[in-house]
Amino acid sequence: MIEVKNVTKSFDDKTILHDVSAKFYTGKTNLIIGQSGSGKTVLMKSIIGLVRPEQGEILYDGRNLLDMKERQVKELRKEIGMLFQGSALFDSETVLGNVMFPLMMFTGMSRAEQLDRARFCLERVNLQGAENKYPSEISGGMQKRVAIARAIALNPRYLFCDEPNSGLDPKTSILIDELLHDITHEYNITTIINTHDMNSVLGIGENIIFLNKGHREWVGDKDKIFTTANEALNEFVFATRLFQEVKDYIIEHGQKG
Amino acid sequence: MILTKSLEQFGRYCVFMRRTFALPDRWSVFGRRTVTEISKLGIDSIPLVIIISLFIGAVCTIQMKLNTTNPLMPAYSVGLATRDIVLLEFSNSILCLILAGKVGSNIASEIGTMRVTEQIDALDIMGVNSANYLVLPKVVGFVLFMPVLGVFCIGTSLLGGWCVAAFTDIISIARYTYGIQAYFTEWYVWYGLIKSLVFAFIIASVASYWGYYVKGGALQVGKASTNAVVSSSILILLFDVILTKLLLQ
Repeated sequence: MIEVKNVTKSFDDKTILHDVSAKFYTGKTNLIIGQSGSGKTVLMKSIIGLVRPEQGEILYDGRNLLDMKERQVKELRKEIGMLFQGSALFDSETVLGNVMFPLMMFTGMSRAEQLDRARFCLERVNLQGAENKYPSEISGGMQKRVAIARAIALNPRYLFCDEPNSGLDPKTSILIDELLHDITHEYNITTIINTHDMNSVLGIGENIIFLNKGHREWVGDKDKIFTTANEALNEFVFATRLFQEVKDYIIEHGQKG
Repeated sequence: MILTKSLEQFGRYCVFMRRTFALPDRWSVFGRRTVTEISKLGIDSIPLVIIISLFIGAVCTIQMKLNTTNPLMPAYSVGLATRDIVLLEFSNSILCLILAGKVGSNIASEIGTMRVTEQIDALDIMGVNSANYLVLPKVVGFVLFMPVLGVFCIGTSLLGGWCVAAFTDIISIARYTYGIQAYFTEWYVWYGLIKSLVFAFIIASVASYWGYYVKGGALQVGKASTNAVVSSSILILLFDVILTKLLLQ
């Protein structure tokens, strides 16, 4: 489990995160949601350690990231897998080379073992046959799957995903969501997903943290999100035209009925 | 204001170099990457070095002949002057200024693109020392191969001068050949090689620095590439003066 306690972060004079606390559970897909500029990315970067908060605690199964020495942080990072918004695959490496990269850097595996493991990970994300292609030769959805395969290659305990569905069509988005959900349960990983995609929220939101203007305003799951009394969250949920129309339809027909 | 900014940049460059010159996580990976960089930055530059050296060597010879019309000066002084120009300045300072454009912009744009596409963040999050992994093989590879480029440059420049002697009636081959052998000072070769090593380090490290700290998108990568070429060129000229003073005087 990852626990964030009273985290505050400012840039120049602007406070981005105000005393945020949240729990991210193991074996669950934990979603951080909120509008653009709400502080989602800063919170995720703080949890990973790319940004250092002014105050608070970030506990990885009880180990405070902010108290760790450089060497300890380096060790912790070997337990972390990360899926970036733009996939962040290495252009100069093939698909197989990308998945083998962490194995090559951090394990004592022989090349044959690395190949086996990389192929297994690619198979797990349903991406056989693209091993020798370069990232520029495959689609955005395939790139995301390669990035997931790379992220799980070292059997991470913690998986971070920054906007995993951005730039993908709805069908591929659902595939990626399901893949992340299945992997989380299969390997019992603490998965944190930063998103503003309502399809993801409704599909895999087992633990949802809603941020608004740097404050943690709501915590719940996908079943509770439609019945919340939180105005800002309601505004966020029903911001899409589709949800708005469904809501209007239900209200209209509900009144008639 | 400019001084403060320059000092800030210098401090950041020192911190960056400290991270770069850490021990590699995997020596085998470092070795493989260094060989790749030698091929990419060094071997791929050979055609450019040959073309430029051949023509500059030829032009030097022609200009030396045209500008030394004094009958008291021996005819072989054309070859001698061409050789010394090539050894003292062209094969190191001028060559490195040219390579700062080719290699420097290549390094800055490659690393800058990796930064804006989050590839460097990905390395950092995996626990890889990204500066060491990306930059050290470039610096080591380019510094190791620079003397080879310098030797290529010297050889081809002198060949360019020989071509002028062979295919025109400006100077005879015998006098040119005698001139490039006359009053040879071995130290000039070492002086040129030492300078080229320092300049190669400046090009690779300064370009990597600009690329590594890019913020933004494609436009900023272009700016970083320009900054890399400009700042490494200025530093090459500055160190040219310092090294000449230290090594020749």
